[in-house]
Amino acid sequence: MISADISIVLPEIALAIFAFGALMFGVYTGKDRTAPLLIWLTAGFMVALAFWLGVGATGNREAFGGMFVNDAFARFAKVMILLSAAAVLVMGQDYMQRRDMLRFEFPVLVSLSVIGMMIMVSAGDLMALYMGLELQSLALYVLASIRRDHAKSTEAGLKYFMLGALSSGLLLYGASLTYGFAGTTVFSGIITTLQAGDMSLGLLFGLVFLLTGLAFKVSAVPFHMWTPDVYEGAPTPVTAVFATAPKIAAMALLARLAHDAFGPAVGDWTQILAVLAVLSMFLGSIAAIGQRDIKRLMAYSSIAHMGYALVGLAAGTAGGVQAMLVYMAIYVTMNVGAFAFILAMERDGRPVTDIRSLNMYSRHEPLKALALLVLMFSLAGVPPTVGFFGKLYVLRAAVEADMTWLAIAGVIASVIGAYYYLRIVYFMYFGEEGETLDRRMPPVQWGLLMASAAVMIVGVVNLFGIDPLAAVAAQTLVR
Amino acid sequence: MTVADYAFYAFALVAVAAGLLVVVARNPVHSVLWLILAFLSSAGLFVLLGAEFVAMLLIIVYVGAVAVLFLFVVMMLDIDFAALKAEMAKYVPLAALVGIVILMQLALAYGAWEQAEGALGLRQAVTPDLNEIHNTRALGLLLYDRYIFLFQTGGLILLVAMIGAIVLTLRHREGIKRQNVLAQMYRDPAKAMELKDIKPGQGL
Amino acid sequence: MADFLQSGLGIALTIAAQGLLIIMFVMISLLFLVYGDRKVWAAVQMRRGPNVVGAFGLLQSVADALKYVVKEIVVPAGVDRPVFFLAPMLSFVLAVLAWAVIPFNSTWVLAEINVAILFVFAVSSLEVYGVIMGGWASNSKYPFLGSLRSAAQMISYEVSLGLIIIGVIISTGSMNFGAIVAAQDGDYGIFNWYWLPHLPMVVLFLVSALAETNRPPFDLPEAESELVAGFMVEYSSTPYLLFMAGEYIAIFLMCALMSLLFFGGWLSPIPGLPDGALWMVAKMAFFFFIFAMVKAIVPRYRYDQLMRIGWKVFLPLSLGWVVLVAFLAKFEILGGFWARWAIGG
Repeated sequence: MISADISIVLPEIALAIFAFGALMFGVYTGKDRTAPLLIWLTAGFMVALAFWLGVGATGNREAFGGMFVNDAFARFAKVMILLSAAAVLVMGQDYMQRRDMLRFEFPVLVSLSVIGMMIMVSAGDLMALYMGLELQSLALYVLASIRRDHAKSTEAGLKYFMLGALSSGLLLYGASLTYGFAGTTVFSGIITTLQAGDMSLGLLFGLVFLLTGLAFKVSAVPFHMWTPDVYEGAPTPVTAVFATAPKIAAMALLARLAHDAFGPAVGDWTQILAVLAVLSMFLGSIAAIGQRDIKRLMAYSSIAHMGYALVGLAAGTAGGVQAMLVYMAIYVTMNVGAFAFILAMERDGRPVTDIRSLNMYSRHEPLKALALLVLMFSLAGVPPTVGFFGKLYVLRAAVEADMTWLAIAGVIASVIGAYYYLRIVYFMYFGEEGETLDRRMPPVQWGLLMASAAVMIVGVVNLFGIDPLAAVAAQTLVR
Repeated sequence: MTVADYAFYAFALVAVAAGLLVVVARNPVHSVLWLILAFLSSAGLFVLLGAEFVAMLLIIVYVGAVAVLFLFVVMMLDIDFAALKAEMAKYVPLAALVGIVILMQLALAYGAWEQAEGALGLRQAVTPDLNEIHNTRALGLLLYDRYIFLFQTGGLILLVAMIGAIVLTLRHREGIKRQNVLAQMYRDPAKAMELKDIKPGQGL
Repeated sequence: MADFLQSGLGIALTIAAQGLLIIMFVMISLLFLVYGDRKVWAAVQMRRGPNVVGAFGLLQSVADALKYVVKEIVVPAGVDRPVFFLAPMLSFVLAVLAWAVIPFNSTWVLAEINVAILFVFAVSSLEVYGVIMGGWASNSKYPFLGSLRSAAQMISYEVSLGLIIIGVIISTGSMNFGAIVAAQDGDYGIFNWYWLPHLPMVVLFLVSALAETNRPPFDLPEAESELVAGFMVEYSSTPYLLFMAGEYIAIFLMCALMSLLFFGGWLSPIPGLPDGALWMVAKMAFFFFIFAMVKAIVPRYRYDQLMRIGWKVFLPLSLGWVVLVAFLAKFEILGGFWARWAIGG
């Protein structure tokens, strides 16, 4: 029994062993000098794992008495997580190296955090869910304050830690209420109990607390207040990590919890998710308008995007989950590109985050400006780009689930949100001439920026075929 | 009432009272000491439940190690807790409001509390038969067999905590003198010092 | 009479009487331990040691104890009175408390509990509070420094002590002292005891026990040459006596643990001779003699050396040993040499 179980969690074990090896290698050889090598190795390993997961394994398998589920949904999410984490890792290397904050623990912590995310998306039990979540967040708390001599970075770490601990507490409380009612923490057990009887008040409380805890992690309004400060304070490569892989993991976990454990109570949780979605979309769009710091702006942007992804989930159907997965894939690609650009924003070698520094950027760097234009259009959801189709998918899922009002709200919010994305474009093309940014951009960042911009255009054809994959993934989740 | 009942009420009362005193004590060191008392009483409650292994672990880990570190930190810190509390007092009405709302909702929830029909059975299905094996062994079986996955994940979490503590605090200072312990230990006394036999009254 | 002993009150009284008996034993041996300690120390330094009160100075400790009790208790200004007085009491009570589960014979034990060894370990891990509270409540610099040192030291060595004990628990498959001693019973007497399979750990345990109880050469909390007397500076009279007594009782407890865990407790070393409590007492006395000799012979360690040994030498060694023993026991290497549950016990 145990060897069969182990073969199912083999990717996680492999990554864990790799992380130990990297840690030992770093400690016993060149310490921080080995960091660039370790970053590339880690990224390469993650890509290889993603390949393995994407191509190799098939079928629906459970390990450790249902505690760990390896199905198409989990694999889809894991591939996204691994690829985005790898991209973000290599992207930040140059930035950290030149600011002398590249520690060899950085790739190790990221890989440990990724293990946590992989456990999260595969969780088939409330306890496994919590352990994965804690592993993921604990590594991220440390990463947020990795620039320990920098007041803002430590502040970000502390804030993230405090609110993260609070949300974990809420989540645990919800889990204990659920366990108290159902007598089991295994998702399949909870769902059987739910099918047998009607939703009791205690279980409802459990559900609400669980969703609240997870809403903190995806930074859905009204549990979003940590996001802007943490995004702003953390070093930019770490912000890029925050904005990508953990969001997929938390969203996938939310989907799994909602469908796998509370499937029969769909009427109860769709209400909650719909409210969260509407609030996130509007607050994310409106509050970003006044922001001049591009990292804070990206924070609000990610809040709004989480709102759209939640719309898909709130539909409560397989189509909704599929739309959510596609949306998250698009969101992550866009963010990788956007952060590749933000990482290279500097003047005289010092990082700049004010959006006004982009004034007349197109005149000096027409190609990069064009790429950023495409990305901003895509983030805003302007039609010929992939971002538009992402929004279309989730809104269509909402309409199909008879939640037209939610779709309408989404459209209105996206119109409001378009303003601040387009403002960046405005600065680049029509702003006033001022001090310019450095022209330097490391090849990795340039490559990722261009690739992600290209994807936003080329992907319009068939979204690179992820749609049917997402459909299969969603089918395994929503039975 | 049996002796166990009396013991239960004694431990429970002490635990609650100590917990209250943790919050109201003016001196932070006293707070920690009350906290330790609360830990000890809850260990007593565990013993009454027949979980003596957990009780001992609670004492060894929480009281013997964690609380000592708390005490260390609190004793070293020079923080005027009274001022902090005064600052906090501003938010008390809001906090009280939130607290009352949550409390009322919880009362509502617990008032209508019922567990699912099969819940008790499911809960017991996990535990080995305690008539056959000793509870420490049962714990071991659950922890290292059934929940091995969670146990190992817990290990990873602790590893992250360790790496985090090192990353955030370890500093390699340049230009300071360091001990070379091995060089110190392998130093040969014959080369390092010279014994002189001094005759009384002569000096070197 | 028999009926009365079965009733609730009777049982309570019996337990109380037994407890009193243990305390009596501990207190009386304490008097002679202090005397023995000083005599050994003196002999090593070619002095005569206590020799005035009673025959051979045997009553010296009694006289000292009396003197402490009748002296005035000096309470320095600015101390935290409740904590100040709680600290020595805690230190003494905890030291005595652990004796509740120490067996002297297969049947002579006050509380026969399954997790006895954990209980001893838990109680000894609490002893650090006496030190830390005393140092803090004194509201004075030397005691505070001393208590910080000693708390760090005790916690550090507790870790390796715990890991060493785990090795023994793995070998036995039980945390009960009776079972641990029974597992060391066999046809070869002294060669059946755990000191042989767990040889490296015996040394580590001895050293860790010295450090855990703040005995020389690890008596850094006291360190009279630098910290005057560490956390006890401000104490006088009975509170001081309590600290002192607590310390000696804890040392004696470590001797008892040594003989129970590694040297067969009440088992006789030579096959054929009857087992009994006398063996246990003899072994404890022997280990106390070793402790006293160490105090007399080994110079005091520097604090950084102490911490280095604890964390960089003892912890990895004992941790590695636990892993090793786990494998040796699991696969019953050498026919259950490390797996005593496998060959009965």
